[in-house]
Amino acid sequence: MSIAVDRDAAFVAAVRKIADEVAAAHADEVDRDARFPREAVDALRAAGALSAQVPEELGGGGVSVPGIASACFELGRRCSATAMVFAMHQIQVGTIVRHLDGAPGFETYLRGLSEEQRLIASVTSEIGTGGDMGRSIAAVTPTDGPLLELEKRAPTVSYGAHCDDLFTTARRSPEAEAGDQVLVLSRADQTELEPAGTWDTIGMRGTCSPGFIVRAKFAPEQVLAAPFSTVMNESLVPLSHIFWSFVWLGIATDAFERGRSFVRAAARRNPGEPVPAAHGLSRVMSELTMLRAEVQSALREFVEASDEPGRERLATMGSVLRFNNLKLAASEQAPRVCMGVLEVIGIVGYKNDSPFGVGRHLRDSLSARLMVANERIHSVDAGLLMIAKEI
Amino acid sequence: MSALAEEIRRVLRDHARLPVDVDSLDDQADLFRAGMSSHASVNVMLALEDAFDIEFPDSMLKRSVFESVAGIDAAVQELQKRAA
Repeated sequence: MSIAVDRDAAFVAAVRKIADEVAAAHADEVDRDARFPREAVDALRAAGALSAQVPEELGGGGVSVPGIASACFELGRRCSATAMVFAMHQIQVGTIVRHLDGAPGFETYLRGLSEEQRLIASVTSEIGTGGDMGRSIAAVTPTDGPLLELEKRAPTVSYGAHCDDLFTTARRSPEAEAGDQVLVLSRADQTELEPAGTWDTIGMRGTCSPGFIVRAKFAPEQVLAAPFSTVMNESLVPLSHIFWSFVWLGIATDAFERGRSFVRAAARRNPGEPVPAAHGLSRVMSELTMLRAEVQSALREFVEASDEPGRERLATMGSVLRFNNLKLAASEQAPRVCMGVLEVIGIVGYKNDSPFGVGRHLRDSLSARLMVANERIHSVDAGLLMIAKEI
Repeated sequence: MSALAEEIRRVLRDHARLPVDVDSLDDQADLFRAGMSSHASVNVMLALEDAFDIEFPDSMLKRSVFESVAGIDAAVQELQKRAA
């Protein structure tokens, strides 16, 4: 146990150093130019962070889910784009790691990922499904040879042009119903990405997430064997909501720190005088504390439920509601904190070239409620609430 | 077919919105794979609670329980036994 704790602590410390020294230095430029945060991702690669979640016996770091979540938080404090790229990659890695049963091809894949520090992007959303990740139009389709293929029109693929591999949802076969999905892992050199759109957004600009028409050819063993519904409930959805939320918590925490620096500077200028902004900051602190409490308690519940035999609890509707609520609450609370800090700092916080500027934090955090739209999650929850008993 | 299975199939016919006739599926067939959406499955659960005057506890509210006629049959029998 203590070895695992030490391992996590050393990993988080290494990522914090990268966040402070590399990601922070390029964050403004990454945002301004809407470019991929390659310096920070390269540094994460060099530190072996892309395989942190892979078990040690497969060549990875053996870091726990809380360790990865902490790393998302540390990166989120310095560069939202780096943090979101890291989080999305770790969602894919964590999902594979948790569903390795009966998939020897994926064990081999994880060894390669650890050796080469490969970066995985995901292709989950699709034009025509109304934002419902639980349905696909694209289908895994046989070819004349031994390979399978798929074609999918994706409205956004984060860092698609910068990844080594892609994890794509599609229907099991051309005859399968929309909800009968599988996950396909294809290498970038097996996948054609035809650009279909731009990524000139108000925030999260460095994630470089334009649309693509994705065409992949792959072997049957590149399809994850575990049933997609199990993968969704036990891993893909809760891990997404947890890692994203830690990124958002990081963004909000840095905004708060900037607010605090501003208030302290004001207090030092006029010792003994009341600082009106301090009251506002106190209010923002309680908002930040609520965000942190929600994010951390969800992580704790996920770890507990994952440790239970069969992960039975994660299959229940109560669990779906729990981790949906994490996403809803955190995505709405993080921009509230950033907005509160902006009001505390005032016009200086509105300036892009001020050390107290929080415009980037606010813009980046506004993506939270849109990536898997909260309105869609509310409509799912509304249905589940009709039947779930314990909330 | 038992009266219970008959009634379960009636509920599925009315609420599961399957693209195929429920009677073309056997008791073990995966209803989700046959096209039942998660939204429709909630309506199925509500209708089952109504039809059998039962309440599914949260521990039973999961996909594996509702993914086949046989799974629903076992769950309803279990709850009826508990109530008796």
